[in-house]
Amino acid sequence: MKFFASTLAVATLSATLGTAALAEVTVKVAYDADPVSLDPHEQLSGGTLQLSHMVFDPLVRWTQDLQFEPRLAESWEQIDETTMRFKLRDGVTFHSGNALTAKDVDWTFDRLKQSPDFKGIFASFTDVEVVDDLTFDLKTSEPYPLVLHTATYIFPMDSAFYTGTTEDGKDKSELVKHGDSFASRNLSGTGPFTVTEREQGVKVVFDRFDGYWDTASEGNVDNIILTPIKEDPTRVAALLAGDVDFIAPVPPTDLKRVEEHDGTTLITMPGTRIITFQLNQDRVEAFKDARVRQAIDFAVNNAGIVDRIMRGFGTVGAQASPAGYLGHDPALAPRYDLEKAKALMAEAGYADGFTVTMMAPNNRYVNDDKIAQAVASMLSKINIKVDLQTMPKAQYWPKFDERAADMMMIGWHSDTEDSANFHQFLTHCPDAETGNGQYNSGNYCNPEADALMAQANAETDQAKRAELLSKLEGILYNEAAFIPLHWQNLAWGAREGVHAEKIVNALNFPYFGDLVVE
Amino acid sequence: MLAYLVKRVFQAIAVMFAISLIGFAIQDNLGDPLRELVGQSVSEEVRQQLRDELGLNDSFMTQYIRFLGNVLQGDLGTSYFFKEPALDVILKKLPATLELVAGATLIIIGLSVPLGVYTAIKPNSVLSRIIMGLSIVGISIPVFLTAILMIFVFSVELGWFPSYGRGDVVHVFGYWETNFATADGWVHIMLPSVALASIMLPLFVRLIRAEMMEVLQSEYVKYARAKGIRPYRIYFVHALKNTLLPVITVGGVQIGTMVAYTILTETVFQWPGMGFMFLEAVNRVDTPLIVAYLIVVGFIFVVTNTIVDLIYGLVNPTVNLARMGA
Repeated sequence: MKFFASTLAVATLSATLGTAALAEVTVKVAYDADPVSLDPHEQLSGGTLQLSHMVFDPLVRWTQDLQFEPRLAESWEQIDETTMRFKLRDGVTFHSGNALTAKDVDWTFDRLKQSPDFKGIFASFTDVEVVDDLTFDLKTSEPYPLVLHTATYIFPMDSAFYTGTTEDGKDKSELVKHGDSFASRNLSGTGPFTVTEREQGVKVVFDRFDGYWDTASEGNVDNIILTPIKEDPTRVAALLAGDVDFIAPVPPTDLKRVEEHDGTTLITMPGTRIITFQLNQDRVEAFKDARVRQAIDFAVNNAGIVDRIMRGFGTVGAQASPAGYLGHDPALAPRYDLEKAKALMAEAGYADGFTVTMMAPNNRYVNDDKIAQAVASMLSKINIKVDLQTMPKAQYWPKFDERAADMMMIGWHSDTEDSANFHQFLTHCPDAETGNGQYNSGNYCNPEADALMAQANAETDQAKRAELLSKLEGILYNEAAFIPLHWQNLAWGAREGVHAEKIVNALNFPYFGDLVVE
Repeated sequence: MLAYLVKRVFQAIAVMFAISLIGFAIQDNLGDPLRELVGQSVSEEVRQQLRDELGLNDSFMTQYIRFLGNVLQGDLGTSYFFKEPALDVILKKLPATLELVAGATLIIIGLSVPLGVYTAIKPNSVLSRIIMGLSIVGISIPVFLTAILMIFVFSVELGWFPSYGRGDVVHVFGYWETNFATADGWVHIMLPSVALASIMLPLFVRLIRAEMMEVLQSEYVKYARAKGIRPYRIYFVHALKNTLLPVITVGGVQIGTMVAYTILTETVFQWPGMGFMFLEAVNRVDTPLIVAYLIVVGFIFVVTNTIVDLIYGLVNPTVNLARMGA
């Protein structure tokens, strides 16, 4: 009913304006959160990147099958070991009307290097050298294999627009993590949409940018209204009632409902976020023994967790890298064998088991608390008594930083979409200097594994690199460095006629510019 | 009267001071605001630097005294998430919440009086039994469950009402945008108001019924009956008036409680009011906003209770406000 009302309203409006019969296409989108800021460099989060893909354009972007697709960069070539030369697309303009040049890329790069959130990703990059208006060189300090991966994070900003001072004397380019800044409230990008209205936490209204360069795109959406709907049941109800056209995420309990309901479709895709448990070797002597860690891996029925708790909405994992990543080794199979687990415990001298503490968040990952409960009860079968505590993420992360429990849950998505990132943060020997192993609450430390990662990160030959990274995954698997559970799947719900299946991807950055609506 | 009001103002200040102290004391246990401000791979060093900039590494007393100093200048802090003064954020969200409370109050007043009186007059009729039965159900189902059930019945299955948000609002003045000016606004406020009313309505029906039954037993009602006054005049003019005294007292306290219940209702309906904002702030560890919210809600409680006392004095002249304040 609501849908007809709004269509009617739009029809009347366009009739009174005297325009042709072509009604504007408006898509109402409901996410679980809205972007925290209009500044693309303020926070490295899914929300920021989703917004960036709507109002900016990256140099290159990922396709659905995880290949690179040229966007603002038309072509690129390696000119020496540490330099990649990019050619920009001609005739691209910003929302302000300024033309995109290599200078804007240079300016954006310098700003990225200052961002507390993004500078980590750009650590290996030294400079952007402008060759001419449409050509620039991206330089790294060492030969670096992830130049294109990182180029997906360069969304050129309108340097002229962000230069100068505001009326109250603030620098327009200012990057403020907290507090008010010009860039957090104003924007000029090259993207398919402009932001016309924004009320934080309530809605963001986008209008199609008339001067968008990608005229080959089939996308026909004129306006997007993005509303955050935090509550899962309400978000699903809004889609089913026809109040919105596209929602994400769809909670596992409602997948069937969205799929079977008349007029809505469900789109799912394997995700890249691995859910794991880490075993703290500094707190528990027994965890130093690889046999005990293996026993735990054998005792945890991760296929069962995916089947029962996730309702099939996950991919059972035995390693950190999901399929499609360079280091993914299909030979590493999930292991579950209770007898073997008991035998390993006995072999290590822990047949009678021991008691450990476990902590997990209860609102961070899909079904996180239920997963932790299941793991705790599975471990009781090999006589490991688990004292479990679950808490909201706001309280969980400080506990995680303190390494407050013997077993802690962590899910990880690789910002670079590359295997090495998992090891760097989750299983690398902890090192406060370099920040490696920042999330390694298990204190697993294997210099051989670390050496493999360093070697892989200096190897530009993709085949050789894949070999090194999968060897690394093999070592972590054999040593049971951590307990991998599953990769969370992604799910979107759409009204029929909204062809969202073509614009979504495993990174969860829907490319709304290309969305076709009937 | 004046002495009473002055006394109340001082009480209000003391209450809000206590709330601010409690709010400040618990904020360390709410979590680390930095986690919500930065991405996952930001190093500990950068985090510490930001923490220093925010003044989060100072001692409790230093932070609290700085906070009080700012409060005296009318600054309750700046929200991390909204990047605006916390008080402005709350004032912007306040009209939506007040309209929701007003909608629920209208429903409660409109229904509880006739239903309460009816069930008191005809305690044994079938209809009375149904009303009392339903009121038990209403009291015992949590408000978020009622809300979700209503969304599935009235939005998804029947399609009568929209499932979320405020719809078309009309700007009145200042931060106030109203739902009551357009048809779309009215349909949007319907479900949330009913959900919010569902918790209080049964309470008031039962309260009015119990009071009314007691009053109907009293001497003056019997006398009025004996005098031959028409029953409806007895019920609605003589008896109801005396029933209302305790109802007003409870009502005043409950309006404050209703503000608290808006947290659940607003969250389910994605109603952009301050209850929803508060829950979000807790999730995001937006501590300045949390403390400011607690202070504002404390203020609302004190104000409603003062107003109730004043009305009480009007309805029952034997209550001496000056002495009550003394």
